[in-house]
Amino acid sequence: MTRIRETEGKARPSRLVSYLYIPTLFILALTGFGQMPIYNRYYLSDIPGLGWLAYYYVTRNIHYIAAAVLLGLIFYGLFDFLFSQRRRLRLTKSGILRAALLAGIVVSGALIVVKNFPYAYFSDGFIIGLDIFHIAAVMSFLLTNLVCLLGKMRWTAAR
Amino acid sequence: MNQTISRRAFLKGGLAAAAGVAASGVPGVKTAMGSDGSGHLATLIDIRKCIGCEACVEACNDANLHKYPEPRKPFPKMYPSRVKVSDWSEKRNEIERLTPYNWLFIQHATVAVDGKEIELTIPRRCMHCVNPPCVKLCPWGAGKQMKNGISKIDADICLGGSKCKDVCPWDIPQRQTGVGLYLKLMPSLAGNGVMFKCDRCYDRLARGETPACIETCPEQVQSIGPREEILAKAHALARETNGYIYGETENGGTNTIYVSPVPFEELNKAIAKGDGKPHLEPVHDAMAEANNLTAAMLIAPVAGVAAAAFKFMKNMSKQD
Repeated sequence: MTRIRETEGKARPSRLVSYLYIPTLFILALTGFGQMPIYNRYYLSDIPGLGWLAYYYVTRNIHYIAAAVLLGLIFYGLFDFLFSQRRRLRLTKSGILRAALLAGIVVSGALIVVKNFPYAYFSDGFIIGLDIFHIAAVMSFLLTNLVCLLGKMRWTAAR
Repeated sequence: MNQTISRRAFLKGGLAAAAGVAASGVPGVKTAMGSDGSGHLATLIDIRKCIGCEACVEACNDANLHKYPEPRKPFPKMYPSRVKVSDWSEKRNEIERLTPYNWLFIQHATVAVDGKEIELTIPRRCMHCVNPPCVKLCPWGAGKQMKNGISKIDADICLGGSKCKDVCPWDIPQRQTGVGLYLKLMPSLAGNGVMFKCDRCYDRLARGETPACIETCPEQVQSIGPREEILAKAHALARETNGYIYGETENGGTNTIYVSPVPFEELNKAIAKGDGKPHLEPVHDAMAEANNLTAAMLIAPVAGVAAAAFKFMKNMSKQD
């Protein structure tokens, strides 16, 4: 892993994490929305090279793989913060909001993964709530990230 | 068709009472009724016994008439133009395939048994998979699986996107446009009706009755009971008749077990297949691939923590 680079008290994640984080989120969002029957209906899977988006099992497998990568990055970021950065840095308000949304996505996603195993039963209402919560959390997270990007708001700031 | 109708009329008039008495004596039915609901119920379909009378088809239609869609017309204009309406409301009498108004049909196969050419008839409907992709992958939770293994579609919230049909290895669910929740949302832009399929008469089971197709059958082709018992029965029957089993392992296991006197490979070649006419091919466990990837999701956090710890230790040793 590369070292954390610091500029005037503002931390940047390691290069590897930076390289993986955004593409992983993009793939997760792309394949996640692909769990709804929209790509074929709205011609997105007709775009050369994107035909695979119309295949639910393909997008589901890729979603699971990308979710594993994201989990690795989240736990790396979390424990790197706890081990190495906690004394120098603090989470900003936007960082706390994004972390909370990310936690919501991870927990609801994990429950959906559990649901998909044989003999795993949740109540009907819980499953509907879970599906709606997962997609709502994702959309909120993406919107929040967009706002943070435009407003140049960081996850952390110097203590 | 006329022959079928007259045969069915005959059966309805003459054998219905006998069928009712016979069904109550079907081994497994009592067991199913006595089940505490903690395990899956499965059905055994003994293909040898089926005479293709379609009494089950008619009973299914009668029992589920109140669940059939009554679409609102004209249908909303759909955008983009590739989205086609699926309207079976003018073809409600179609019983040669699965439709939103026909959840069970009889498939015909002419095959050779012991050197003699015979016609076998096979009742076809939802297999009620142990881990049903139609239910588990429904994006809105409209697909539901009951603890007794029945999978069903909630017509009140289904949007008719047809994902359940796309992920079903047998393409079982059938769409009817112009009905359901999508009409109250953005009917031109999202959704396209409601998906319909066999719900194995969950309401009748809840009342302590058997599914209509099983109860009506004059030949006792089907029996129902706890899955383990039905599997044991299917294996015993297969041993006894030198038969073949379908549905035990297909798609990771289903709750519909067929026993046939000829290999299913031959049956599959002999039946008419296509939209609404499911195949009898071997089916791998569609849900397993992604479920197996869950191991990566368990390993990834450990790897992340290990990487962070490694970096911390490395920085510490540098400071020393």
